[in-house]
This record gives sequence, structure tokens and C-alpha cells, in this order.
Amino acid sequence: MTDPDREAALSEIRAAVAQLCARYGEAYWRKLDSEQGYPTEFVAEMTEAGFLGALIPEEYGGTGLGLLEACAILEEISRRGAHAGACHAQLYVMGVILRHGSAAQKAEWLPKIASGEIRLQSFGVTEPTTGTDTTALKTTARREGESWIVNGQKVWISRVQHSDLMVLLARTRPFDAKRKTEGLSAFLVDLREARGRGLEVRPIDAMINHHACELFFDDLAIPAENLIGEEGGGWPVILTGMNAERILIAAECVGDGRYFLDRASAYAKERVVFGRPIGANQGVAFPLARAHADVEAAALMVERAANLYEAGRPCGAEANMAKLLAAEASWKAGDAAMQTFGGFAFSKEYHVERKFRETRLYQIAPISTNLILSFLAEKVLGLPRSF
Amino acid sequence: MKVLVPVKRVIDYNVKVRVKADGSGVDLANVKMSMNPFDEIAVEQAIRLKEAGKAEEIVAVSIGVKQAQETLRTALAMGADRAILIVAADDVNTDIEPLAVAKLLKAVADEEQPGLILCGKQAIDNDMNATGQMLAALLGWAQATFTSELEIENGQAKATREVDGGLQVISVKMPAVVSVDLRLNEPRYASLPNIMKAKKKPLDEKTPADYGVDVAPRLSVVSTSEPATRKAGVKVADVAELVSKLKNEAGVL
Repeated sequence: MTDPDREAALSEIRAAVAQLCARYGEAYWRKLDSEQGYPTEFVAEMTEAGFLGALIPEEYGGTGLGLLEACAILEEISRRGAHAGACHAQLYVMGVILRHGSAAQKAEWLPKIASGEIRLQSFGVTEPTTGTDTTALKTTARREGESWIVNGQKVWISRVQHSDLMVLLARTRPFDAKRKTEGLSAFLVDLREARGRGLEVRPIDAMINHHACELFFDDLAIPAENLIGEEGGGWPVILTGMNAERILIAAECVGDGRYFLDRASAYAKERVVFGRPIGANQGVAFPLARAHADVEAAALMVERAANLYEAGRPCGAEANMAKLLAAEASWKAGDAAMQTFGGFAFSKEYHVERKFRETRLYQIAPISTNLILSFLAEKVLGLPRSF
Repeated sequence: MKVLVPVKRVIDYNVKVRVKADGSGVDLANVKMSMNPFDEIAVEQAIRLKEAGKAEEIVAVSIGVKQAQETLRTALAMGADRAILIVAADDVNTDIEPLAVAKLLKAVADEEQPGLILCGKQAIDNDMNATGQMLAALLGWAQATFTSELEIENGQAKATREVDGGLQVISVKMPAVVSVDLRLNEPRYASLPNIMKAKKKPLDEKTPADYGVDVAPRLSVVSTSEPATRKAGVKVADVAELVSKLKNEAGVL
């Protein structure tokens, strides 16, 4: 259990985030969803209030808090009907610089990310032909004088149009089947300079308003000093942030799940059909009760994974399980909420359908459920490799 | 100038209240509690006065159970400088009566010598609307209640009051007790750095005995009940029937 002082601070954080979200309301998110718009004002206010700098150490202008606080922030955004996906990356992509960047890179970028002057909320890893088989990615970077020249293609890279910087993973040495994870390098791309000078960005018309894009690199030059970590050592740079990302996404799912249950329970109490509230029917009540149990169980796994992460202990299995359980729990809660709202669930005015679409993503991104099962089967249970 | 802001921990305004089975009051066990919304407005106003250079220090004070320190932490996170908690009850269901609260606040004011006391016009739990007025009387200070606009200038507080007939503007001599109404301002939420800084701000813990005040209740609650559920209405076929019913049955036309 978390100590009482920290618990008190966590509930204050939740209350403050809820107040901030209340200033926008769900109509704001519905409008953005219909226009494929970006919540610029919301993200600016979240940044200004310091919430997106929670994980940046105080010496770089952040608040230097732990993962539990960051989880509370994202969970609360989701719970209030807002779309945390629009701003979550500003909270954690900077971890790449924090953990692997040079002293100069940290001093240059972290304070600006904390203040919001610079937005670092894109992470360019996934490619159309290789997908989750990350080490097989085909984008290359070759050294020419004081620059790295990038060629290739990325897909499903979120928020590129609303970010100033992007972390990019590219191959700097030829693929070696025996040493798959070697020869990849991580770079910091200044999107403000890159666009139109070797980088083309094409938004993808998608099911939810997640601002995902396709990227095309054609001889894009990146200054040599923008290499993060060692040349050829990009794999660990990408990998170390993944556990934190999964735990944070899981916290968002818990928030989504609680959102669905808040809304559906309220509706089931007041909606009267056949002379009594529909929530009096066990056919309506039980799926909600079941979903509640699932969401709360997932929340425990999120907390456990976050505690292990903060203690610096291995948490790969727990982080992945938290993401898997929370994403499935929020989906079930969303499904139960849709059924509870009946026909009105399809009315955009009730917002549930938007959240239902949004929460579906997390069984696929940032890693799909099957990949997590495969990881657990092989690494935790010791079953034979399947691929 | 120092500003004293009393804040009360009350049932959260979003919570649907439930009356205890024995009718002795509202069930507060395991219910979300928050700062009284009118007190939040008072804290916000104090911070705005400080930001405008018209106040130097903001002291938040709460009287109640130990858990009220969470309420004070919220006030500190919003921008109060320090806090005083007077632990006057062990049971979350105990409500300290307005006169006892006013006496304690007077004692605090005597010690702190604030130039202004900003309080909520009433607490949303039992809607007494009494503490501010009693406090002004005990202190022998001027009071301005139901304030929806406030200007502090040359030792005078100019308050716009929401009265039945509209708005009334009065000017009172400081030090004064000003109780605030809903439309005075929109309270800020605490920023993340301020939430963390608030943990380091001083929070003194006292008891009523420290101020020589007896908080034993003088009132007894006879019963508490939920509002009667609204009875079903009647449907009328047309306007003519409506007019006839209003005229003959309701007798309002």
C-alpha cells in the first residue's frame, strides 16, 4: 500500500486534474472528435499546470514525481471523459532523453519540455512492412560528415503534427540475423526543421481522433549531435521506456473503465422503463458489477507494476499484464455501458460511443494483446518460442 | 495585510446524500469529502488580493476532525501560506455549531490580527449561514455578507452584495468579516508544483482547549429526513383544460 501522505497527494492531484477537465467538458471532446481536431488549449493548460512535467526531475524544471503520480494524472483525465491519448506522450517520451541523452541534450531539451515550450510527443518506431517485428525495420540512417541521412518510412506515428520533436529509431548498420537488436540507433528529429526538407507527413483518416500519421523520409539530414546514446545502441534506448509506457497506458484504461461505470451506473439509476429504473434489472446491473470487479483487479496490477518500476525492480511481466488486463477491463466496461445506454449509446450526445471507440485502441497499441500473451508464455511460463 | 480564511470540510457537492437510518443526520461514512465550495471562493479571493499586492499573507483555518487537514492542504496548494487546524471532534459525523466555530475563529483572529476575514457565506452541508455574522459580532468588526464583488481600498472594503431586490453596494471599515457568494470568482485548481510545495507549508495543529473554547453542542437534532418524493402529476388534454384547472382547482388564475 501507498503511504498515507503520498495517498493524500495523489487524491489532491486527481481532484485538481478533474477540476481542470471540468473546464472543458465532454462537448469539447465531442467537437474535436467530429472535426479531427487537436485539443491544443487543453494540452497547453495541462502543461502550464505542471501535470505533463510530472516525471521530469526538479533540476530540469519538472516536479520529479514517481510513476504512481503520472498514472493518477492520466487515469483522471480518462475518467473525466477527456482523451488522455492526446497528451500522454509529452509526459513520458522525454524519458528517452532523461535516461540515455547526453548532459548537453538533457540541459537543452528537458527544461523546455517541462515548460511546454517544446513538445516531444512523437515516437517513430513502427513501419508498414515490419510492424511489431521491430528489429527488422527498414528505415536507415547513414553518416555523412556532420549529419545523419535518413531514408525510409514509418506508420501510425501519433501527434507528429502537434509535436516539435520526435524520437526516431533507424538502422545505422546492416541487419544481422544473429544480432537482430544491434545496429539500430535512436535520434532526436526536430520536426519543425525536418518537414518539407526530407520529411513528408501524411495524416491517416482513422477510427478515433488519435492524430496518427504516415511519415516518408527522403534524404532527411539530422545533425550528428542528435544521436541519442551510442550509435548502434538504439534498442535499449527504445526498450527501457516501454515498461513505463505500458503502465501509464494501463492507468488510462483504468480511468476509461471507471468513466464507463460512473456513466452507466448513473444512467441505470435514473432511466425508468416498465415503471422502475433499468438498474434494478440484474441483466443490466450484473454486467456493470462484473466490469467493476475487472477494472478494480486491473487497477491493482497497475499499482503493483508501478511500485516495482519505482523500486527499480524488474517489472516487464507486471507492466505487460497491467496493460493487457486494464485494456480488456475497460473494453468490457465500455461494452456494458453501451448495452446499458441502449439506443442512446449510439447518440454522440451521450459521449459513451466516443470513449468506446477510443478505449478499443489499447488492446492493439502500444502493443497488441497477442504479443503480451506470447511474452508471458515464453518468458514467464517458459513455453517454447513461437516466432 | 494578513487575510484569514476559514475553510470547512463538507460532503462533496457531487455526492448524492443519504440520511442515516436512525434519522440523526446524513451518512458521512466512506463518502467523498471536499472543501466547502463557498470557502474555495473565499480562498481564491484571498489569493487574488495577494496577487494584486493588497495582502501579504493568507492563513487558512479549519475546525473539525483531523481529516480536515486534507482540506487545509488543498487551500495551501491553491496558494494559502500557512494553515491552522483545530481538532474539535473525533467522529466524522460531529458537526461543530456556528457559535463555537465563531468563538474559536475570534480567538484565532485575536492571535493573528488579520486585516480581513474572508469566509464562505455558508457551508453546503447544513446551510446555517451564521458563522460569519456571529464572528463579526464577537469581534466587534464590520461585516459584508453575500459578497459578489469586492474591492479593498484605503482601509475600506467595498462589497457588492446579492440581496433579494438585486445588488447592493456597501462600504465597510476594515478590519472586516466578508462572506462570499457564488459569483465572486471561479476558484483555481492547484497546479502540480503547488500541490507538492503545499506539503512543506506549515500546518499547526491545535485543540479548542488551547483557545479556552467549549465546543459542546447546544442544539439537538430532532430528526433528519429526505425530501418527499415528488408525486406524479396529471396530464391535460388541451390548453382549455389547463386553464380551467388552474382557475378552478389550483385557484391561481
